[in-house]
Amino acid sequence: MNSRINSRKFRTINRRELLKLAPVVALGAFAVPKLQRPLLAAGLGFSDWASARLFRPEHLAPTFGDSELTPFDKFPINDYDVDDPQVDLDNWKLSVGGAVGKTGNYTLAQIQALHKFTHSTRHVCVEGWDVIGNFGGARLSDFLTMIGADLAARFVTVECADDYYESLDMPTALHPQTLLCYEMYGQPLTREHGAPVRLNIPTKIGYKQAKYLTSLKVTNVLTRVGYWEDQGYSDFYSL
Amino acid sequence: MATRAIEIEDTKTGEVVEAVYEHPLIVRLCHWVNAVSLFVMVGSGLQIFRAFPSFSAKIPQKDLIHWPKAFALGGWLGGALQWHLTFMWIYLGTGLFYLGYQIFSGHYKQVLFVPRDIPGVWPMVRHYFFFGPKPPAREAYNSLQKHAYTSAIILGILSVLTGFAVWKPVQLSWLAWMMGGFHYARLWHFLIMWAILAFVFGHLVMVVLHGWNNFVSMLTGWKKDPDYTSK
Repeated sequence: MNSRINSRKFRTINRRELLKLAPVVALGAFAVPKLQRPLLAAGLGFSDWASARLFRPEHLAPTFGDSELTPFDKFPINDYDVDDPQVDLDNWKLSVGGAVGKTGNYTLAQIQALHKFTHSTRHVCVEGWDVIGNFGGARLSDFLTMIGADLAARFVTVECADDYYESLDMPTALHPQTLLCYEMYGQPLTREHGAPVRLNIPTKIGYKQAKYLTSLKVTNVLTRVGYWEDQGYSDFYSL
Repeated sequence: MATRAIEIEDTKTGEVVEAVYEHPLIVRLCHWVNAVSLFVMVGSGLQIFRAFPSFSAKIPQKDLIHWPKAFALGGWLGGALQWHLTFMWIYLGTGLFYLGYQIFSGHYKQVLFVPRDIPGVWPMVRHYFFFGPKPPAREAYNSLQKHAYTSAIILGILSVLTGFAVWKPVQLSWLAWMMGGFHYARLWHFLIMWAILAFVFGHLVMVVLHGWNNFVSMLTGWKKDPDYTSK
């Protein structure tokens, strides 16, 4: 036998139950212009924090066979400004500073003197497209060791000939697949792909893999994160 | 399952009807939070899609459709990613909380489609689409409803799994591999969104067709004068 109440009491119960849904209204904060930006920044920050926790320094990005390679002429040339920032390749040097033992300018020959690693990995653009490319170069970790970098520092930052700039967390900088890349598909890097040296980081999204490097710094403090990050993209964006 | 039911006596007419408590508070909270996050995830997802509206090669690029900006959220790719990467945690958290509650409370029996429900599906389809007679209702959800809701829950889980494969194709390389790699995981993620939208469309049509009492039950939990009896 069901208990019986009158319709007035039932309306009271219903009103009370409806009020219990009030927490849903809290989501409306995202619609308030003043709150929207900090809330989304916090959400993105949480995603970056989770990404850093998910990152495993020893875990390798999948590699692919030659038959799966995207043909070189189908590998997109992506930049924010110009395809070719007119780097003087003959006199190019990488200026190194920050928390490193041997600051100074390093030549391409010095980078190429380090052991060369080659791999075919997937390059994923934040826009959504992906290609599989072949990359060759020195491990960034070997270069950091050579220049006597403080490997306990938090970040490696780079600047580029086209005024692009990027930063990298140290665990990713020390990842075995993170390359100071000077070759693609067995050929010296073309100007459009970032000659003479670009970053190749199979564990990161495309925009973190800066081209036409001119300087590199090891640091604990970031005054700026990266060209796109400073406009609202994810700081960490690991794949 | 035992459903809480009461009888309501109208103060004016003295007429007595039954009311059944169909939706516990946690289910209602999850439903509405999920409705908001699904809206944000789809809107921002479509804006992200606009950055490369294709599932083939980048060169040469063949666009699938030009999705109108008016039906997208975030304004630009970076803004849409902020919405997507924020609300994915709300979407995931709500989903996990809901699933945990359903499992531990036993309330899942109301919604889970089981083999016993199979014979009931066709009569409901006949009723809705081919003007067949209305099969007698015995519980809160009929077989076709259970099928729809169970499918929606599975699609929700798949949307999260494909989403994680797109977001972390290296750290979760096994997950991306199961979907055919990053490239296909992105396609699955997109297709599952459309399947969810198809459910939402059907769901909204049914809400309209079934009227106010039914709609109110997802707000207050109580369904007055249901078409089945709790006894």
